[in-house]
Amino acid sequence: MDASLPAHMRPERSFQGFILALQRFWAEQGCVILQPYDMEMGAGTFHPATTLRALGPKPWNAAYVQPSRRPKDGRYGENPNRMQHYYQFQVIMKPSPPNLQELYLKSLAAIGIDSAVHDIRFVEDDWESPTLGAWGLGWECWCDGMEVSQFTYFQQVAGFECAPVAGELTYGLERLAMYVQGVDRVYDLNFNGREGDAKVTYGDVFLQAEREYSKHNFEVADTAMLFEQFKMAEAACRKYLDAGWQKNSESGKRKAHLMALPAYDQCIKASHVFNLLDARGVISVTERQSYILRVRELAKACGEAWIHTEAGGAA
Amino acid sequence: MPDLLLELFSEEIPARMQAKAADDLRRLVTDKLVAEGLVYEGAKAFATPRRLALTVHGIPARQPDLKTERRGPKVGGADAAVQGFLKATGLKSLDEAKIQRDPKGDFYIALIEKAGRDAIDVLAEILPVIIRTFPWPKSMRWGARSGKPGSLSWVRPLHSIIATFGPETEEPDVVKFSVDGIETGQTTYGHRFMAPAAINVRRFEDYEAKLKAAKVILDPQARKDIIFADAKELTFARGFELVEDQVLLDEVSGLVEWPVVMLGSFEAEYLAIPDEVIRATIRNNQKCFVVKDPKTGKLTNKFVLTANIEATDGGKTIVAGNERVIRPRLSDAKFFYETDLKTKLEDRLPKFEQIVFHEKLGTQADRIKRIERLAAEIARLIGADVAKATRAAHLAKADLLTEVVGEFPEVQGLMGKYYALAQGEDASVAAACEEHYKPQGPGDRVPTDPVSVAVALADKIDTLVGFWAIDEKPTGSKDPYALRRAALGVIRLIAENALRLSLMKVAASALAGLSVNPTDAQKLPSDLLAFFADRLKVQLREQGARHDLVDAVFALGGQDDLLMIVRRVEALGKFLESDDGKNLLAGIKRASNILGIEEKKDKRTFDGAPEAALYSLAEEKALARAIGEVKAEASAAVAKEDFAAAMSAMAKLRPPVDAFFDKVRVNDDDAKVRENRLKLLNEIRSATRAVADFSRIQD
Repeated sequence: MDASLPAHMRPERSFQGFILALQRFWAEQGCVILQPYDMEMGAGTFHPATTLRALGPKPWNAAYVQPSRRPKDGRYGENPNRMQHYYQFQVIMKPSPPNLQELYLKSLAAIGIDSAVHDIRFVEDDWESPTLGAWGLGWECWCDGMEVSQFTYFQQVAGFECAPVAGELTYGLERLAMYVQGVDRVYDLNFNGREGDAKVTYGDVFLQAEREYSKHNFEVADTAMLFEQFKMAEAACRKYLDAGWQKNSESGKRKAHLMALPAYDQCIKASHVFNLLDARGVISVTERQSYILRVRELAKACGEAWIHTEAGGAA
Repeated sequence: MPDLLLELFSEEIPARMQAKAADDLRRLVTDKLVAEGLVYEGAKAFATPRRLALTVHGIPARQPDLKTERRGPKVGGADAAVQGFLKATGLKSLDEAKIQRDPKGDFYIALIEKAGRDAIDVLAEILPVIIRTFPWPKSMRWGARSGKPGSLSWVRPLHSIIATFGPETEEPDVVKFSVDGIETGQTTYGHRFMAPAAINVRRFEDYEAKLKAAKVILDPQARKDIIFADAKELTFARGFELVEDQVLLDEVSGLVEWPVVMLGSFEAEYLAIPDEVIRATIRNNQKCFVVKDPKTGKLTNKFVLTANIEATDGGKTIVAGNERVIRPRLSDAKFFYETDLKTKLEDRLPKFEQIVFHEKLGTQADRIKRIERLAAEIARLIGADVAKATRAAHLAKADLLTEVVGEFPEVQGLMGKYYALAQGEDASVAAACEEHYKPQGPGDRVPTDPVSVAVALADKIDTLVGFWAIDEKPTGSKDPYALRRAALGVIRLIAENALRLSLMKVAASALAGLSVNPTDAQKLPSDLLAFFADRLKVQLREQGARHDLVDAVFALGGQDDLLMIVRRVEALGKFLESDDGKNLLAGIKRASNILGIEEKKDKRTFDGAPEAALYSLAEEKALARAIGEVKAEASAAVAKEDFAAAMSAMAKLRPPVDAFFDKVRVNDDDAKVRENRLKLLNEIRSATRAVADFSRIQD
């Protein structure tokens, strides 16, 4: 931890200071610090900076905060640690550096978790995202029996082998900050590190939103519109993918892709709309599987397009 | 003789894979050594979360030299053959070959001597292959090298390899090889946090000792012993008792290199949750042990955690942290439990109409209706309270829709019992909610309450008949619906409760309740019966009993009363252990053999009663008389289900059968006499069929 920080910026006092400390740490490891992607998504992994950039041969090191929307997890602001909107801090390093575990442990030290008094453990957790057609091996990282991060070596994304493999870290920011600040209710987190009148809590920032979105997600969200939106996003994704292929004029073979990112946006959109429909309880168990498969097909097609782009590493 | 030390140091290996990996490493290396002619004295393998280690001691320093002889062409053979022989054997000329004479002529023989190689060179060749092809259940690629094809796969990134080889008294040599850019050496690392520095090691003895000094206990058993002893002591000192849990102990010992056991607690209010739910919460999510009060036998508000570090603050932060995690988990569990109690079990049932049990077998609601009907029918047959069995079958699956079971599937059934009791159901009905899943395996308890038994049988028979009807039978190692376990469950329920039940009838009735129409509905019950017979054989074999006796009994046909089959098999087994049994079996086999041969010769069978007038010898008459008596006596005993008495009756056949074979020539010159004697032999066979088909019994 940086001893020169003013009190209100220290990660154990301030949620924003906590985020800034992580950003700074990973910036020092050579990561580009991105800002959140401007779309609703269920996890930081959906950010194209992870999903798409994990594919292809080019090195890529990035870190960013991503607001994560899990409509089903809303509890109207009444549960001390379950929310439909929370922050994930995401790090991706490709190829995975040999000392990624050490870097991770140093990042914990940077946010005030001292490995001499805490019990930090790497417990088996195989990660799989059926919607992204992705899997990897790694761990959930435990601090004193609490899962505080996910650590994954991506083996496959969008149905394609990762070569080289990227290492991905996901920190549950609220949960970690609650632990570091010593509060039991997420809404009691000190957001800005100030005291007295100047103090802003997590509840001040998000409690209203949790109540409103819980009501929206469970009771009111317009399902007819959402079903329509799912279809539209799916169709648009396909359309952009088709339009993006540059073909060899003689053989008609696909050469390069020019529009993987806009197509992938529609895949993200479809996935979020599906999550909303799921929260409204209008998707039956059997249909559920078929929706997941439909999103996966989009993700795979986008991944294929991406590896045919210049940034994706096409020759 | 020299020893090998091998260590594969990696990132954290999943706890559940460690023991098998250590075993595989030992097996693969030692098998290969033996195959290379290097017979070792002993080997032992170890695993921690971050390393697999193997020590093999007493390996010869060199392979033995190999001498082989190779036969070449005939002396004076074609030149091409001679040239080929010289080329293949490396001889410069035929002068170097020996000439050997055998009945076919003189041949050239080449003596080929292959010098043994140094063991260290052999190791350098075999170890990298073993590492590259190591059988991890799941493995992965990592790092820059994973960009190229053919990169190493390991369970998690592999960082370093120790491979040393040498005799006890000398500085060992490094077995030099590299795998995916990792060069072998003599360096390892201690505990991740307490002693992370590099350690130089020479051989196993200093390796293990230096690791211990660096806060790593290499031997998993030693870690288990420490955790178990400390946990017992810690709880005992406070007047409590550890709830032992071997599976959890195995897992926890695979999560730490340096176990430090501590006691934490939670608010006593959570003890209002059923013990099993508290245990599931703390065990599954937190990998901690629960603690009971020896006076009441109930859980206390304590738990035992195993940390991987001697924290500088004595563990205060770690205990507090674990308590903070367990508290909301128990709070969730309590909330789930209390929420569940607000809804009656039957009120949950409509939801089952939306839940598909199996595409072809309808919804869970359909299945519950079938089980209800079948449970009532079975209850009637076995003398259980029909109303209670129906009620129990109606409610037994409802807990699947509760919050607690959703969270902890392992307490299914048990929660059903608790919720049934809470809503004032009859004790037998509540018990059946739990017990109808039993027995889950060969070691599980078999319920005895008739209501539980009726529902348990209905549940299993519905499953079996259903999957038989849609032709989803187990094949080979595939049994996705655990049908073998269900069949064994039925066998044990019937045998251990001494129930009289016609399986064919019950199966036919279960089949009638299904909405599917299997193509061979007629055959289904007997098909299923054959499956039961197979299961019974497997079970008897596992108990060390003779499974061929099951065939001998089933071969009689029409046997679908499992209890009677089991009893018959038991009596038959005892009989065959006696001298009378053994000799009679030999006599019957002899009779069968002779009959078989003669039937083949004459292309006919020898059915029908022999004619008394044609008996000429006393032994014939005695045998005929004995058969008549034994047949009547055995049939009467079988009718009374007294199989032991039936067997005793059989025993009376032995002297006349022995005497018959002693004195009587079956193949008499008189064709009529011969035919009559063969008919008499056939009578022996048919008389013994009152108890079993002896021809199916193996010697």
